[in-house]
Amino acid sequence: MTAGHAVEGLLRELAPQVLGTLVRRYGSFDECEDATQEALLAAALQWPADGVPDNPRGWLVTVAGRRLTDQWRSDSARRRREESVALMDPADRLVSPPADADDGAGRDDTLKLLFLCCHPALTPASQAALTLRAVGGLSTAEIAAAFFVPEATMAQRISRAKQRIKATGTVFTLPPEAELPSRIAVVLHVLYLIFNEGYTATSGADLLRVELTTEAIRLARAVHRLLPADGEAAGLLALMLLTDARRGARATAEGELIPLAEQDRTRWDPAPIAEGERLLEQTLPYATPGPYQLQAAIAAVYAQPGDIDWPQILGLYAVLDRLAPGPMVTLNRAVALAMVAGPERGLELLSTLDADDRVARHHRLAAVRAHLLELAGDAAGAREQYLLAAKRTTSLPEQRYLERKARKLPS
Amino acid sequence: MKYLLMIYMNPEIFANLTDEERDGVFAAHDAFQQPLKESGELIGFAALADPSNSTTVRVRDDVLSATDGPYAEAKEFLAGYYAIETDTLERAVELAGQLPDAKLTAIEVRPLMEASGLEM
Repeated sequence: MTAGHAVEGLLRELAPQVLGTLVRRYGSFDECEDATQEALLAAALQWPADGVPDNPRGWLVTVAGRRLTDQWRSDSARRRREESVALMDPADRLVSPPADADDGAGRDDTLKLLFLCCHPALTPASQAALTLRAVGGLSTAEIAAAFFVPEATMAQRISRAKQRIKATGTVFTLPPEAELPSRIAVVLHVLYLIFNEGYTATSGADLLRVELTTEAIRLARAVHRLLPADGEAAGLLALMLLTDARRGARATAEGELIPLAEQDRTRWDPAPIAEGERLLEQTLPYATPGPYQLQAAIAAVYAQPGDIDWPQILGLYAVLDRLAPGPMVTLNRAVALAMVAGPERGLELLSTLDADDRVARHHRLAAVRAHLLELAGDAAGAREQYLLAAKRTTSLPEQRYLERKARKLPS
Repeated sequence: MKYLLMIYMNPEIFANLTDEERDGVFAAHDAFQQPLKESGELIGFAALADPSNSTTVRVRDDVLSATDGPYAEAKEFLAGYYAIETDTLERAVELAGQLPDAKLTAIEVRPLMEASGLEM
């Protein structure tokens, strides 16, 4: 690990603490967030060369605070200052605590920031981008590269999201008790989206691309630490760990996808699997069950050595189907059912999805049907469905995989 | 999801427009871009020169040949594009409907392929 990498890790860890301190002190999430970014950038440039200061958090708070006051002093910002004064804490808070004072609110700050960034008024894409910047401490350029859009586009999305939060008049506090479960669900969903976005099967990783899976796991770890009693927070972290463990086995060196059931499971990373299993053991007996815990439990069954325990997977999908029904759950349940009771039973279940607008034209329905037809010995039917799925997917690696499957079948 | 809004153009239709109508088309494009930039949905855009300016390149047996003119001769041709990212196809279609060319010819909305994928 280079000095630059160590600094980067430290800065991402400190980002939400610094931002939280500033917002509590000065109000105006919008401007504090910009100032924090500038301080992080300054540190990223200076620290690798000059060394990390004795009190890195205090350094960042001081530099960011100076940026804020510089900005407020400028005439063009006068109007904005007058608006933010109304949001500010009492004036003595501005002078009394030293810049690095930790008043023990850091824990709540990260949570409050997560709730703010995952505000229900924002679209999921904006929630994800803002969370990565304000809580994750990533730069706009890094987030833009991760989502394959120009930096100007991403900058605009983040700025628009901050304006929207400002317009809602949201204050920097935890949501009311009654709203907490639904707000936590949004936060978890955003982290899940970030993880999935990063869970790419392409090899030859783009060096400029931040590992979104790593970031999502880091943030999920923080949420689990902040909400240790929340079963779904633990479940989501376990699901990410158990899924990410497959990273090295899910594609060939040429970047071709390898389906889950055909992966060399000895190449799955044992450390995250063990951690994910431990989390589930601590959570499942006590927590209210939820979709993340169940999906993690399913991933844990796949991770067991030896033959895949399909009856157990089918049982878990049946529970998931009762708890959070949806066409994607039905798709997966059909695969498990086919493995337990034969492909015909799986195909019967799939046929119920043909009338479901959410999935009827989705490439995954055709891909699963192709797989089950292949198991049933209907090569021509399978070939047709693989080609249909290949035509419908918008993912290049998936398309290559599906076309290869079709080619391997006799026509 | 990322989409390409492909603007197809028919020069005969365009030739029959009055000056005001043509100005209206260009003004409508300017007006279209600003809110898209602000919302962070616009990824890129370009207008293409007339296909009579095209050069079509082929390599056969490792020999390159370049000929004047477009690859496909057709009455309608690709005149420009907007690359956008929207939350839904419905939103992309709504935006395509705001383009002035939708009233004259047609806009084709097609998803962009992604480099990532999930194992099945």
